[in-house]
Amino acid sequence: MDVAEETKAAAPPSAAAGTPAVKTVELSKRFGRTVALAGLTMTVPRGEVFGFLGPNGAGKTTAVKLLLGLLRPTSGEGWLLGKPVGDLGTRRHIGYLPELFRYQSWLSAEEVLALHCELAPLPRSSWKDEIKTVLDTVGLSDRASDRVGTFSKGMQQRLGLGAALLGEPELVFLDEPTSALDPVGRHDVREIIRGLASRGTAVFLNSHLLSEVEQVCDRVAVVDHGRVIASGTMDELLGGTAVRVRVAGLTPADKNKLSDFGRIDDEDDQLTFANLSPDRVPDLVAAIVGMGGRVFEVAPRHQTLEDRFLQLLEDREK
Amino acid sequence: MPPILVIARLTVQEASRRRLLLALLILTLLVVGFSAWGFNKITTVTNSRGETLPPDQVALVSSQLLIVIVFMYSGVLALSAAVVAGPLISSEVESGLLLSMLARPLRRSEVVIGKWIGLAVLVAIYAAFAGALELGAVDWATGYLPPHPVELLTFVAAEGLILLSVGLLLSTRLPGITAGVIALVAWLIAWIAGVVGDIGTGLQNVALENVGVVSHLVLPSDGLWRGAIYAMEPDTFIAALRAAGTFARANPFAQIDPPPLPFLFWVVIWFGVMLGLSVWSFRTREI
Repeated sequence: MDVAEETKAAAPPSAAAGTPAVKTVELSKRFGRTVALAGLTMTVPRGEVFGFLGPNGAGKTTAVKLLLGLLRPTSGEGWLLGKPVGDLGTRRHIGYLPELFRYQSWLSAEEVLALHCELAPLPRSSWKDEIKTVLDTVGLSDRASDRVGTFSKGMQQRLGLGAALLGEPELVFLDEPTSALDPVGRHDVREIIRGLASRGTAVFLNSHLLSEVEQVCDRVAVVDHGRVIASGTMDELLGGTAVRVRVAGLTPADKNKLSDFGRIDDEDDQLTFANLSPDRVPDLVAAIVGMGGRVFEVAPRHQTLEDRFLQLLEDREK
Repeated sequence: MPPILVIARLTVQEASRRRLLLALLILTLLVVGFSAWGFNKITTVTNSRGETLPPDQVALVSSQLLIVIVFMYSGVLALSAAVVAGPLISSEVESGLLLSMLARPLRRSEVVIGKWIGLAVLVAIYAAFAGALELGAVDWATGYLPPHPVELLTFVAAEGLILLSVGLLLSTRLPGITAGVIALVAWLIAWIAGVVGDIGTGLQNVALENVGVVSHLVLPSDGLWRGAIYAMEPDTFIAALRAAGTFARANPFAQIDPPPLPFLFWVVIWFGVMLGLSVWSFRTREI
């Protein structure tokens, strides 16, 4: 049976306002012999922007589809706004921008949004204001009456984002929301996400754009091969220091020996040690000099999400 | 508006905006125009003695020609229903169009039934509009009107609904083009099986006769088409067929008896079963 229809409309989520926006326990999904998601256990507090990171095929979209009842879990449980996944009543308070965004090409942008207002369902008296507000928010006011079929991919993604924002949802799922957008559009989306967070809406952001996640998320989980390999607040995840060294005169064998100092990004004359305590910098420089290398610059800096992400994936491979 | 009707309205709106209705309207007007001209010729043609046909012969020829033309209409309706229903759900699943809609408080059963209702409205409107126009043209050209016009249009529309239901069921699981082709082939096989059944009746061969009976139960499109034929035949023609004995029953474009009432009940149940299967199939599909 479709999980989306197993449970009937329940009391409004406000009745369960103390509950997390998203909670899963050992949520798993297999497609035949392929494990798409392996025991996802996590909690997303209300009002937080949660980044769900992972390389392509890691299971990010599968997780969102499970939470929205579009897929049935092989095992495990999930709750949205305090109600079991699939509760129809809860969906009144949820917005969703799919990774594969597509809207009725024969309708105008306004008509697509009106359709979503009707399905949400929102009171008809509020449609006009709702539609105007979201069109302004996503920058499509001047194309409101145009057929969606004439829109570029980026504009269709903006429209999808607008549809997800209708009715001031309590939880919004954004699956790769900037995949079709230019830098201006990406900036706009970050502003929209911050706006949602400021009014207390929880945002579940699926993305592999690490800088984007780093800029807007309060908390992240990194998923790979269907399994969460790290999670926590940004501060918890990015507590380490990365050290960039500009160096010459090292052979590949020398560089391999330096792996004792942690994972290395090797880009021409620049070696970046993704997680190295500042205390160990003198030892590192001594080791390089000992191998005959010439050090031109040593620059410790805070670890970025990219440093941490790559480190996590490499650790997992080991 | 309840979600089920929102989906139905959206289906009608799509057909309209994609100019399907306009294309059907233009084609129908062309066919009606040509057939009116052709039917008018029946009243003016002369036999070997140079005389125009008497009214009873005009009615007989008109009824036979009308059966062939309505066969074409029912074919167009069945083909259109199958081709439109085939991708009705599958294409929206594949494109991702249903993703954001199904994240709303919308049941999958409402999507399936809403789409069925929307397309059924289109089929019914087309059958009523095109059929009434054609019958009006024939009446104008020859003065002939089939004895049971309402039943005729009902059977033709129901045949379209059969193909719509098959296409929609297949669409819940198969790609649109595959679903449409399977529905079309099933329709043709059902028609041929009906003809085989007729031959069995004519030859009084029970095995062949059963082929027709079983095909009418599995896919009732041909059984309904037989009802449409019966509704078009003048009483005198039916009397002549009866007088000709069982062999007259072997003609796939003639029908001596109306569809039995139990068959019509079965058609109603069949629709319920198909819709139920479609809902179940889509509810258990992962998107």
